[in-house]
Amino acid sequence: MTSVEDHFEATIARNQRIEPRDWMPDGYRATVLRQIAQHAHSEIIGMQPEGNWITRAPSLRRKAILLAKVQDEAGHGLYLYSAAETLGADRADLTAKLISGRQKYSSIFNYPTLSYADVGVIGWLVDGAAICNQVPLCRSSYGPYARAMIRICKEESFHQRQGYELLLTMMKGTPAQRKMVQDATNRFWWPSLMMFGPPDNASPNTGQSMAWGVKRHTNDELRQRFVDMTVPQAEKLGVTVPDQELRWNEERGHYDFGAVDWDDFAAVIKGNGPCNAERIERRRRAHEEGAWVREAATAYAAKAAARTRAAA
Amino acid sequence: MTGDWPLWEVFLRSKRGLNHVHVGSLHAADAEMALHHARDLYTRRNEGVSIWVVRSADITASSPDEKDSFFAPSGDKVYRHPTFYPIPDDVPHM
Amino acid sequence: MTVPDNTGHDNPYDLLSADDDDHRWAFGTGFTDPLAGVDTTVPDGVDAAALARHCLMLGDDALIYSHRLQQWITRLPELEEETAVANIALDLLGQARMLLARAAAADPSADFPAGTGEDRLAFFRAEAEFRNVRLAERADEDFAELAGRLLIFSAWRLALFERLRDTADPVLAAIAAKGVPELAYHRDYAARWVIRLGDGTELSHQRMQRALDVLWPLVDELFDDDLPVSDVRGEVEAVLDGVFEHAGVGRPSSAPLGAVSGLRGRDGVHTEAMGYVLAELQSVARAYPDATW
Repeated sequence: MTSVEDHFEATIARNQRIEPRDWMPDGYRATVLRQIAQHAHSEIIGMQPEGNWITRAPSLRRKAILLAKVQDEAGHGLYLYSAAETLGADRADLTAKLISGRQKYSSIFNYPTLSYADVGVIGWLVDGAAICNQVPLCRSSYGPYARAMIRICKEESFHQRQGYELLLTMMKGTPAQRKMVQDATNRFWWPSLMMFGPPDNASPNTGQSMAWGVKRHTNDELRQRFVDMTVPQAEKLGVTVPDQELRWNEERGHYDFGAVDWDDFAAVIKGNGPCNAERIERRRRAHEEGAWVREAATAYAAKAAARTRAAA
Repeated sequence: MTGDWPLWEVFLRSKRGLNHVHVGSLHAADAEMALHHARDLYTRRNEGVSIWVVRSADITASSPDEKDSFFAPSGDKVYRHPTFYPIPDDVPHM
Repeated sequence: MTVPDNTGHDNPYDLLSADDDDHRWAFGTGFTDPLAGVDTTVPDGVDAAALARHCLMLGDDALIYSHRLQQWITRLPELEEETAVANIALDLLGQARMLLARAAAADPSADFPAGTGEDRLAFFRAEAEFRNVRLAERADEDFAELAGRLLIFSAWRLALFERLRDTADPVLAAIAAKGVPELAYHRDYAARWVIRLGDGTELSHQRMQRALDVLWPLVDELFDDDLPVSDVRGEVEAVLDGVFEHAGVGRPSSAPLGAVSGLRGRDGVHTEAMGYVLAELQSVARAYPDATW
């Protein structure tokens, strides 16, 4: 190995950070870039299902909380695009890849939000799953990604709490509210488990990603952790998890749970989920219909710069 | 492409900070816009006082020495505080 | 900063700095009541009914305006504008909450229980009881209208709030004082965009001028004599003219939007858009009228 390769391997081995100008194998750069970009796309697309309920929030306090949350998601996307750009990517190019389907985003956002309880359940389950995924990423070997994740995790902690607190309030409320929460849980439980990706025996990239320090735990490890954390929370809420096979396994010290429908997951990943087309279409329209605005700003900046030079 | 805004690096000196720290980047058409965007994106919680923005292309680097910063949460927009949401003490992992 | 190196799954809250400069918001914590902890007694010499009416007007302006901005989220031309517009919508919503709460607390004829004022007012009034100006309820057809309407609204509202800092009711005065820096920021954001669009490309210039032309009929209503402040028209027009000059656009000369038998927004007589706004805003709350959220 050359000394730059030695340096790279040694940095990884010591659990230290690779920085943008360090040498890195092409595969590492490509893997990290794809991971960061897809995470960024997820934050931006994720604004839509929850943003769907801002104007209809049933109290002004809930409206403010949800608006702040969706704003945070835009900010998280921006932090992550910023991290991706340190690897030489261009945000306009990443946006084009998202819109054309060449890069993906988290499958969970391809499901519709159909009631206000969905807002709470997304906070509880989806943000809960995201936190399980994201906290280990604060130790990602790639410096800018780890730093973006630390900032994001700090802000995401309130997202999960606000979702859970809404559900607590609703479960102590009217029968109609309780029914709404149970219905939302029934629809989001399995898609939340799918957020951790395919089972380990169907994830060929996991080994290399873990060796590179880009992934810290396997999909199944994280999925198990999520179930173990979340089931007691469901019990406290008084909702039933829609899994007949769910039970505590004393021997393993973990919950046993039923089989995920991986065919359904594959269909959603391929683009045939309930909301894939409309999520992309919204992003595409905003980007394309906004082109004249971006161009105007660029034109104005050039004119202003020219005037400054002329006056100098 | 026309209409693509250049990349700017953002540096913040927080209220208790001694010097500016690199916090990330954003896109803007010009310096004024970059400052405004930086304020929106990086000080949503009253985190910073002084903001510097520099076109990424204008930075010459040897090896970067970026620092991490922790920020105080905003007292003004109180719904951003995790402690704001009353959760019973016996709910695990929250 | 060192990151904990344990191999287990970190409790995310362990990673968070517990740093607490606890900057308490002057007006309580907004848990259920945005004016919690504030003495809401109406001072002697202040006409409580008039105070409630004025707070309702200013609160409705902000509530309905914020609603229109919320509708832009995920539809803006660039991601950085998402955080900017969401910020403005949140500021206005915060102002609305305080003003509606103040209106509920001050109104001697209010018949709803304490602590529920803002939501009772926002979600359970009929359209004819909303006191916002018609400018607030208009949907922006494009980003030029978003910038132009926000410039007009925030320049006007800032002028009002600057004067209301000296009003006799200490709660309204404090709400105004808090709002002034927010509105200055909104006005600045809007002005910069009006200038960029007005002096950008040929297309953006046309759109900016057209936007102002369609918005102008709604401006006159802002200067009707409803609020206890000295005339702000001159000051506001001067601000707008200054921006228009830099933007290379002309101040339109369109006639004011007609009233309905002399009645307009402040009287509860709105445009046809208002019904749809309230249908959306109030739908969930009204579907579950006995629910607590």
